[in-house]
Amino acid sequence: MAELQFREAIRAAIDEEMAQDEGIFVMGEEVAEYDGAYKVTEGLLDKYGPKRMIDTPISELGFAGIGIGAAMNGLRPIVEFMTFNFAVLAADQIINHASKVRYMTGGQVEVPIVFRGPNASAGQLSATHSVAYDAMYAHFPGLKVIYTSEPEDAKGLLKSAIRDDNPVLFMESEQMYGLKGEVSEEEDFTIPIGKGKVKREGSDVTVVAHGKMYHVAKQAAQQLAKEDVEVEIIDPRTVKPLDIEMIVKSIKKTNRCVIVDESHPFGGLAGEVGYLIQREAFDYLDAPVQRVTLPDTSAPFAKNLFDEWLPSANEVIDAVNTVTYRK
Amino acid sequence: MAVKVEMPKLSDTMEEGVIAKWNVEEGDEVESGDIIAEVETDKATMEVEVFDDGTILKILVDEGDAVPLGQLMAVIGEEGEDISDILEEAASGGEKETSETDGEEDTSEKTDKKESTDTSAEKAEEKSTVTSDDGRLKASPLARKMAEEKGITLSNVEGSGPQGRIIKRDIESYEPSAVPAAATVSREDKEHRVSQMRKTIARRLSESKFNNPHFYETISIDMQPVWDARKQINEKSDTKISFNDIVVKACAAALRKHPEINSSWHGDKIVEHGDVNVAVAVAIEEGLVTPVINNTDQKGLQQIGQETRDLAEKARERKLQPEQMEGSTFTVSNLGMFGIEEFTAIINPPNACILAVGAIKEVPVVEDGEVVPGKRMKVTLSSDHRIVDGAMAAQFLSTLKQMLESPLAMLL
Repeated sequence: MAELQFREAIRAAIDEEMAQDEGIFVMGEEVAEYDGAYKVTEGLLDKYGPKRMIDTPISELGFAGIGIGAAMNGLRPIVEFMTFNFAVLAADQIINHASKVRYMTGGQVEVPIVFRGPNASAGQLSATHSVAYDAMYAHFPGLKVIYTSEPEDAKGLLKSAIRDDNPVLFMESEQMYGLKGEVSEEEDFTIPIGKGKVKREGSDVTVVAHGKMYHVAKQAAQQLAKEDVEVEIIDPRTVKPLDIEMIVKSIKKTNRCVIVDESHPFGGLAGEVGYLIQREAFDYLDAPVQRVTLPDTSAPFAKNLFDEWLPSANEVIDAVNTVTYRK
Repeated sequence: MAVKVEMPKLSDTMEEGVIAKWNVEEGDEVESGDIIAEVETDKATMEVEVFDDGTILKILVDEGDAVPLGQLMAVIGEEGEDISDILEEAASGGEKETSETDGEEDTSEKTDKKESTDTSAEKAEEKSTVTSDDGRLKASPLARKMAEEKGITLSNVEGSGPQGRIIKRDIESYEPSAVPAAATVSREDKEHRVSQMRKTIARRLSESKFNNPHFYETISIDMQPVWDARKQINEKSDTKISFNDIVVKACAAALRKHPEINSSWHGDKIVEHGDVNVAVAVAIEEGLVTPVINNTDQKGLQQIGQETRDLAEKARERKLQPEQMEGSTFTVSNLGMFGIEEFTAIINPPNACILAVGAIKEVPVVEDGEVVPGKRMKVTLSSDHRIVDGAMAAQFLSTLKQMLESPLAMLL
């Protein structure tokens, strides 16, 4: 095991894959000369040269389209967005082209592309730079969506995403790039897309949390443990396809569930997971499923309001108390 | 010129009618003589006839509504005619009371309160979602399943969740009492709409029992002679004669001899009725009715039997017309067929008396110092003491007994 920062784990995944496959290249704003806006691609220009490390103009729609075209022609692009909040410009390319080309050509044309970059909020960036897009992209057939919470998951899943012959959106967080974690040094370590992980074992309640919210859930679990409430945390890691089996298996043990989701409530991941739980585990529920999400309002800029807006460990504790009938 | 259709007086005692059925809708053409609605009165379901030609411009009451006498039910007129004045006048006539179920049904179930859902308020999500308190047994799906597996009756378990929801921990900590108590299930109370008939029964019989000073006299009658006579008659006759027919006939004959029993109280005078019209109490699903056999004393047993059967059948079909239930001067109520030995009946106003007839029983009787089997029937006469005194009632009963014990006497 090696201790790596999140950004290093992502870099290791890209580096390992680029070394093995000539067709892989990275394209995005500041990925080459500047070593990446968040230093994810540091050193890769020196190693692979400007043909495979391409700086683009500020034109998400354009370079997303170029990436998709390249993928349709046999290359394996990794398109970096400085944030998925900027990639809304590229949404037409992702939603109308990347997700549908294989389908509309009857399987004749594949689009093996990865779109990666930070997702959701990162402190006081205000309303237009604080949106979580994982649930939105997961809505569209033909797209896979990954939003990991720890360096090892990031490395193993990004490698799988680069190897996948379909478009994958790989989401990160500005606030997690410096996060350190143990990463397997196993040669060619990968994690299959669509498999969740039990991040903490517990018998009293299942908390489903992915991406940045995993860390909020973890804090809540540590607090609750002091009160003898053992939280089981399931990190789906992949939003789509979702590992509902793992969640259901856990609920069959704990009989209660709280879903923590960085999206707004309507149409977020929590709504879908809640639906699947009641369908698959109705007889095992001892309480209605609770969710902790953003409110149905855009991100405020003011620090005090922003802190109130983002799901917190206390909100998770409250929800756990509700489903365990402790208050 | 618009015509108002108001709730007509369809029986002499009705105060309101329930619309059982509308045969027309707004906009329908009607002609004089058309039956536009059926109304359930205190006695029967009656037809409402219109006496004008025109278009139904407005129907103001729904099926199932109880409508007081004289209240506007519909307006007939020429198409396009302005009837706003009539409607305003009707509206200002005060709020009408409506029963909450349609006339066909007589159970009104409480409906659950609608849950209000506020999808936009995420904060509402954070409170545990609960249904309105509707008296249901609440248990989480898991608790239900666990209870089923362990053979625990949920209703015996105390729920500790919100609104008494039974949850996992309640099932886990449930200790059945040492002596296995019979699992009792609490069933919900049912509410029945009080039909017009029940309202009438309640009102009139309360009035009768509370206002008319009742007293009761019982006499035992040897029914062997009637038993034998009936057997002979029924061997010969096409229509079968019942014991009740014979009792009714005997009452009519006895009433002829005791006109003071065949009377009514009118406050400042007592009316001794010229005709003897004996009513027979008939039990039907919703209550009881008392169809009348007019001029009972002048009819033969066959006719009395036939009429009683016809009237009873009509009563059960709710097809009795009010006139078939009016004008009685005396009533016979017979519970013999249920094995009732004797009972007291409440006088059916405006009668002075009612005869409660019990079953014919095989009993040991003493004749000439010997115990021998005999057939006895007890009848109890309820009398209104304002009209009838104890001795009068006794004399009437004695006459009745004589007639039944020597049936030929009825012919005298």
